[in-house]
Amino acid sequence: MRSYLDVRGRPALAWVGVALVAAALVALPWVLAGIGTAWVRITNLAILYCFLALGLNIVVGFAGLLDLGYIAFYGVGAYVYALLASPHFGIHLPFWAILPLGAALACVFGVLLGTPTLKLRGDYLAIVTLGFGEIVRIFLNNLSSPFNLTNGPQGITLIDPFRIGDFSFATTQQVLGNTLSSPIKYYYFLLAVLLVVIVVNLRLQNSRIGRAWEAIREDEIAARAMGINTRNMKLLAFAMGASFGGVAGGMFSAMQGFISPESFVLVESIMVLSMVVLGGMGNVFGVVIGALLLSYVPEVLRYTVGPAQKAVFGRTLIDPEVFRMLLFGLALVLMMLFRPAGILPSAVRKRELQRRTDGG
Amino acid sequence: MDTFIQQLVNGITLGSVYAIVALGYTMVYGIIQLINFAHGDVVMIGAMVAYSVIAVLAGSGMALPPLAILAIATLCAVPVCMAVGYTLERVAYRPLRNAPRLAPLITAIGLSIILQNVALIIWSRNPLAYPQIVETVTYRLTPNPDGATITNVQVGIVGLSILMMAGLLLLVYRTKLGIAMRAVAQNPQVAGLMGIDINRVISMTFMIGAALASVAGVMDGSYYGIAHYQMGFLLGLKAFSAAVLGGIGNLGGAMLGGLLMGIIEALGAGYVGELTNLCHLSGWSDALAQRCANDPHLAVFGSNYQDVFAFVVLILVLVFRPSGLLGERVSDRA
Repeated sequence: MRSYLDVRGRPALAWVGVALVAAALVALPWVLAGIGTAWVRITNLAILYCFLALGLNIVVGFAGLLDLGYIAFYGVGAYVYALLASPHFGIHLPFWAILPLGAALACVFGVLLGTPTLKLRGDYLAIVTLGFGEIVRIFLNNLSSPFNLTNGPQGITLIDPFRIGDFSFATTQQVLGNTLSSPIKYYYFLLAVLLVVIVVNLRLQNSRIGRAWEAIREDEIAARAMGINTRNMKLLAFAMGASFGGVAGGMFSAMQGFISPESFVLVESIMVLSMVVLGGMGNVFGVVIGALLLSYVPEVLRYTVGPAQKAVFGRTLIDPEVFRMLLFGLALVLMMLFRPAGILPSAVRKRELQRRTDGG
Repeated sequence: MDTFIQQLVNGITLGSVYAIVALGYTMVYGIIQLINFAHGDVVMIGAMVAYSVIAVLAGSGMALPPLAILAIATLCAVPVCMAVGYTLERVAYRPLRNAPRLAPLITAIGLSIILQNVALIIWSRNPLAYPQIVETVTYRLTPNPDGATITNVQVGIVGLSILMMAGLLLLVYRTKLGIAMRAVAQNPQVAGLMGIDINRVISMTFMIGAALASVAGVMDGSYYGIAHYQMGFLLGLKAFSAAVLGGIGNLGGAMLGGLLMGIIEALGAGYVGELTNLCHLSGWSDALAQRCANDPHLAVFGSNYQDVFAFVVLILVLVFRPSGLLGERVSDRA
């Protein structure tokens, strides 16, 4: 099947396409800033969710290990950054030193979670990871005594923004006659990182490791019989997924300037999982689409559902936030019932799901 | 000693509730090898429906005895929860029975979110104070005037749980439906060939589990005096951990696991503060001794870590004895 998007054998067309997309991505924040700076911020958060969804996709999509506590790694990364770059301890390290540290610590947590759960699959794993996520949250909430590590439910404030030399990401400045606001600076930074992450994921998927994960997902016993070290491969999936979450957490910390355990609750884990499922488990572009969709739709709802209800019923019957969650739940159910492979299914996943539902 | 007995009493009460909820998990797991992720929310719906019924009856001015109100409320909650359980099975599990295991799990998570938010819309996002219609009577267990006590609510919870467990065992081991359930659990295909309507049996299993859950919801609400649209989440997780501790798929295991889990949690919450009190080490460091002079309860882990114990137990069981205390089923049947 040959589509418009299939540019094999048409390199000129491919480059035109790439140039158009690149131009659109570069111009995007300026267009959004025209509507309102809030939308640039929303876009930045959407890109962060892309990181998270891509990280979770490694665990759930590639290796087939359902992780419901993924947000814990995000939290670990965020707290590492916050503790090492805020007045809380009076430490102010540069971001390029902390982000790898956050990734490394999240990675350690990933292995910590992975080790006892190696033998488990499917639903058991889901519950254990869920419990793990809760444990991390409870600790973040309570580690303010006897030694004040996390400042408890109040969270950590005044976190340093990213800074390269004198160039701070937090201030507005004039560059070549254009006003470069803080969210726009972050946007370009995040976009660059996102591109790198996407390339890494694509390369990972078709690498020896990626194929090993796929084999484990399809049939663990057969994979072991083929000489794959399933233990190390599963741990690697947890570790890599976790470190993506850790990096995203660090960036979240810097962008927001404030974090508290409230940001790392189960609902967030479920939201990231919904992005992966909705987009198509195992498909990198599908996951990105899922993440963008689920980041923007709630914002659009926020601006439409409330006013629409006011107009029709004269008051707000259903809070937009509740409406959003209801839609999430419904989307998860309907996706699984009618399009279990997601919006953009990965080829292998699709084949597998079809075979399993037909043959029984 | 008084503290120990008190925590034991609290633990047994809590454990009975966990056991009833755990039975719902274990029955469903035994029969279709899936975890009913939304089971905790069925408990919540039960508590909420009963709350509304109690509020209406207590406010209606009818001079009903408190126990009758509670009984009517429970009897109203049971069919609602059974309907919810049936719907869960029809929507989330039956269409996906042969799909990969991830699929029904994700639908169940979706339904759990839907149930919670529907409850939020109906019953508000704030915790509801459960009407304390039964007057609490406290009985002393030890001669000491401020020693361990037990309340009539606790006695009622434990007694009702024992009755329900006995009823369930009778149902499973002495009735035709029970035989059918056990047959489907062993081998659905062969059970179907023997003329058992598998779909009906699975539906019934979900509904029985949901009925138990609704009663557990009422018990939990009356015990803690509070109901909240997210109350099912932690309760469900702990009950699930209890089911795993006992050996999932095993009815006796769920009861034992629930009871043990309640006791572990109560004792843990009661003693962890004392055990991890840094002031025991005052002799080692002057700085520590100074802080202990101001605050003699300088614990590393206080009772605010209560909710962690269930997960720690769960992880330990899965690492060291994945089949649970009484179970033969192995947890990696993926």
